[in-house]
Amino acid sequence: MKKYTFSVYRYNPDVDNAPHMKEYTLEVEDNQDLMVLEALIKLKEKDPTLSFRRSCREGVCGSDGMSINGKNGLACITHLSSLKSDKIVIRPLPGLPVIRDLIVDMSQFYQQYEKIKPYLINDDKTPPARERLQSPEERAKLDGLYECILCACCSTSCPSFWWNPDKFVGPAGLLHAYRFLIDSRDTATEERLDELDDAFSVFRCHGIMNCVNVCPKGLNPTKAIGHIKSMLLSRAV
Amino acid sequence: MVKAAGTFGRSGSHDYILLRASSVVIFLFTLFMIGFFASTANVTYEIWSGLFSNLWMKVFTLLTLTAVLIHGWIGIWQVLTDYVKATGVRAFIQFLFSVGLIVVWLAGLFVLWGV
Repeated sequence: MKKYTFSVYRYNPDVDNAPHMKEYTLEVEDNQDLMVLEALIKLKEKDPTLSFRRSCREGVCGSDGMSINGKNGLACITHLSSLKSDKIVIRPLPGLPVIRDLIVDMSQFYQQYEKIKPYLINDDKTPPARERLQSPEERAKLDGLYECILCACCSTSCPSFWWNPDKFVGPAGLLHAYRFLIDSRDTATEERLDELDDAFSVFRCHGIMNCVNVCPKGLNPTKAIGHIKSMLLSRAV
Repeated sequence: MVKAAGTFGRSGSHDYILLRASSVVIFLFTLFMIGFFASTANVTYEIWSGLFSNLWMKVFTLLTLTAVLIHGWIGIWQVLTDYVKATGVRAFIQFLFSVGLIVVWLAGLFVLWGV
């Protein structure tokens, strides 16, 4: 049996004056490897007051983003063995207000996502009878952009988002912004760029690539932000 | 769009271009100064004042001081909007730095004028 020690962030605003870390131990069979989410579910069986979000348990819904040993990730697709330590520290995603334990209030994150108008805008007066066609090359430009599941691991690992969550769109929102800017079927490119051309929305990104480091889907928001900056600059000069 | 009046540029991309352009000027001046000190064994008052009596050197220096003013203004504003959340305190610190940068620019102008 392998013994793991979990130190989990606990905070229930109805009961606690301040957050605290609570220690748990969990024994795992030698030939067994659990995901962090499975471990948390086992801990919850022992202590039902422990609260966290989860849904699909396979890295698709993006519900169980949390800080695992100091790095944001999805608990459901993070193996205990990959952490290379028998001491595991679990905290909520940094920078967002904590509702309870590992559950954060994602309102600011979603407000930034809403700001970039995450839907196709097309002012074509005569829409095609069946569908808007794209060439394989045009469609390929969306690869690496549309796969984002909005787990918020990237935005909450970004210091620029920590300091200005009300003004800086954040890596997740900007990845989606570029997904629509580069879409051949979208006709609102200029309007979208107008909305982003201030000192905060895009340009507060200084390219430190924390977002790339933590993205559980292996996406590259920094690259997308670089493309948005290029689009803004090529119109400006 | 986020409205910001405290910075130097008219937009995010304008700020970005000003920061990069001013850093190029500051870099070139630094490079020139390193070259000057490396190639001049004994920097006397005559050599130093002779260098700055050239019109091109006065323009180059004033251009660099202008670049420092713009670069410093935008840079300080960015740092302050990240770390100082109280509007009054931020405005006061920005005021001190902005005035300081203008003073440095004016002092440089009058020093160059006198050479």
